Amino acid sequence: MLSIKLAIKNLLGAGLRTFLNVFILSVAFVVIIMQNGFIQGWNKQAKVDVVEWQYGEGQYWHENYDPYDPFSFQDAHTAIPERLNTARQEGTVAPILVTQATVYPEGRLKSIVLKGIDPRQKTISIPTDKLVREGEDVPAILGSRMAMNIKANVGDYLLVRWRDANGMFDAKELKITGLFRTDVPAVDLGQVWIALEELQQMTGLDNEATLIVIKDQSHAEMDLAGWEFQDLDELLYDMNQMIKSKSVGNAIMYLILLALALLAIFDTQVLSIFRRQKEIGTFIAMGMTRRQVIGVFTVEGTMHAVLSLIVGAIWGIPLLLQLKKTGLPMPEGYDQFGLPMGDSIIPAYSLGLVLVAVVIVTVTTAIVSYLPARKITKMNPNDAIRGKIQ
Amino acid sequence: MKIINIIIALMIPGVLAAQPSGDEILDRIDENMSSETRHVISKMVIHGTRATRTIESETWSVGNEKAYTEYLAPAREKGTKMLKLEDQLWIYSPGTDRTIRISGHMLRQSVMGSDLSYEDMMDDPELRDKYDAVVTGSEEINGAGCWVVEMHANAPDVAYQLRKVWVDKVRYLPLKEELYAKSGTLLKKTELFDIRKVGNRWYPRKIVFKDMLKKGGGTEFIVEEIEFNVEVPEHLLSKAALR
Repeated sequence: MLSIKLAIKNLLGAGLRTFLNVFILSVAFVVIIMQNGFIQGWNKQAKVDVVEWQYGEGQYWHENYDPYDPFSFQDAHTAIPERLNTARQEGTVAPILVTQATVYPEGRLKSIVLKGIDPRQKTISIPTDKLVREGEDVPAILGSRMAMNIKANVGDYLLVRWRDANGMFDAKELKITGLFRTDVPAVDLGQVWIALEELQQMTGLDNEATLIVIKDQSHAEMDLAGWEFQDLDELLYDMNQMIKSKSVGNAIMYLILLALALLAIFDTQVLSIFRRQKEIGTFIAMGMTRRQVIGVFTVEGTMHAVLSLIVGAIWGIPLLLQLKKTGLPMPEGYDQFGLPMGDSIIPAYSLGLVLVAVVIVTVTTAIVSYLPARKITKMNPNDAIRGKIQ
Repeated sequence: MKIINIIIALMIPGVLAAQPSGDEILDRIDENMSSETRHVISKMVIHGTRATRTIESETWSVGNEKAYTEYLAPAREKGTKMLKLEDQLWIYSPGTDRTIRISGHMLRQSVMGSDLSYEDMMDDPELRDKYDAVVTGSEEINGAGCWVVEMHANAPDVAYQLRKVWVDKVRYLPLKEELYAKSGTLLKKTELFDIRKVGNRWYPRKIVFKDMLKKGGGTEFIVEEIEFNVEVPEHLLSKAALR
């Protein structure tokens, strides 16, 4: 208790120097929470979005299908298993046929992936109800990024050229009946969606699909010949890896900031011990052990962390709450990299996150406060009380 | 008047007898156009929607299976090399010092921004086996009398459902060709101009390719120099020649 009283008295006595150290440390503290909050927020948001728009609760892939290898598409299709017929009627599974094609927006040639999906599906959020054919025109829907890239709008006709299952060219105009806005570029960029039956007819691949998205776990892990089940862990593997590497990158950033703050505290401690040798000698002369004196100085240093938590809370909580309300706007065009990301990232703070930040700041401050204080054990109290430099 | 009608009636069977069959016409075209080996120095003039670009190249080829092309100009494309071996195509770019194989969706990309895609270059030219050719009429193209030959695919694994060719009646050159999709949409058009005698065969000095779905003025392929049945250096037809 004496140590704490002395520490507070000394810290307050140091005035501006203490304030600067505490403020810098509070910045590191708030930044740790903020950066991890954004990473957690993005992670949470992206996972919800990809499940909702792309992965469902898992997918069956044709054994030759590789989403990262467009060369695989032409051989990656087979008959949709009859066991899933009831679920198809209910819309709880969504078979998708994938093929390569070329569109000619305003007479420019652009390679795309043409995807056929059942208009009745209720598995993913793509508004497939707009693919129901009402007249002569073949309806098509696009994501807003794709529409922006090819300057297309609802009601426009889009000329598309493709090859059928045997490699023969065919061309047709599709009518754009809807645009959708999603945070998942993987169902938007470079893609055009039409009704599954239309694409099956166009390519001569009757009742065939490349992948099947499922809505609930009751259709997971079924033994379907020619199909391989991909659960969410497998589907989200790349995204998890990406978030992990992003977390490491961010940790480097805040560790640098933390290191700067801790360096300032370390310097302060070294200076204190050098300038307050008479005081140290007096403490020992009055009966304190060297360990108790080290304790006084370590507590004094660590009090910077405690004060920084208070100062950080004073200016950090309103800032973090405001960020949670408004989110961090992402620069325009960021989503063109293919990452699932909204217009802004809403941070997600948790008690665990705050506790981790508190522990990191407090423990590291205690360590850098203790290290210079160890010098006290080597001091001669007589010389110290005389103020003789040691 | 009656006499004229009688003369015409007498002439028609003679005219019909002189009309070769579609297959005969294709054979004569092959005879005239194809060669065992070939060396060509050419220019490709690409008329885009905004600007026109000219690319010069030198090509060595063996039949339709093997070809080696090196781009000579402009400076930006100079040193780019392309190698076709059977159904495989590689391209070497000096800028990146990399050789990549063009396959899958990349085959659909345009060659240097022209109206030709890589897959057009890989297209199987064996028309006789996969198409039924029928002469449907006679028309005049650039002052030359031509047979109009329609080729309908008889096999499912061909690129175009219908090819319509206007073949010069005298020189047996396809002066114009149109390629149609299954739905009947006209996809591509090729026209041959400035026909000259090269050795014992007729050959066009200029070929204009047009992707009919794309905007722009098409792509001109101008033959500067051409030699048939020359010896092609062996080393050019291997991947080692690309670097």
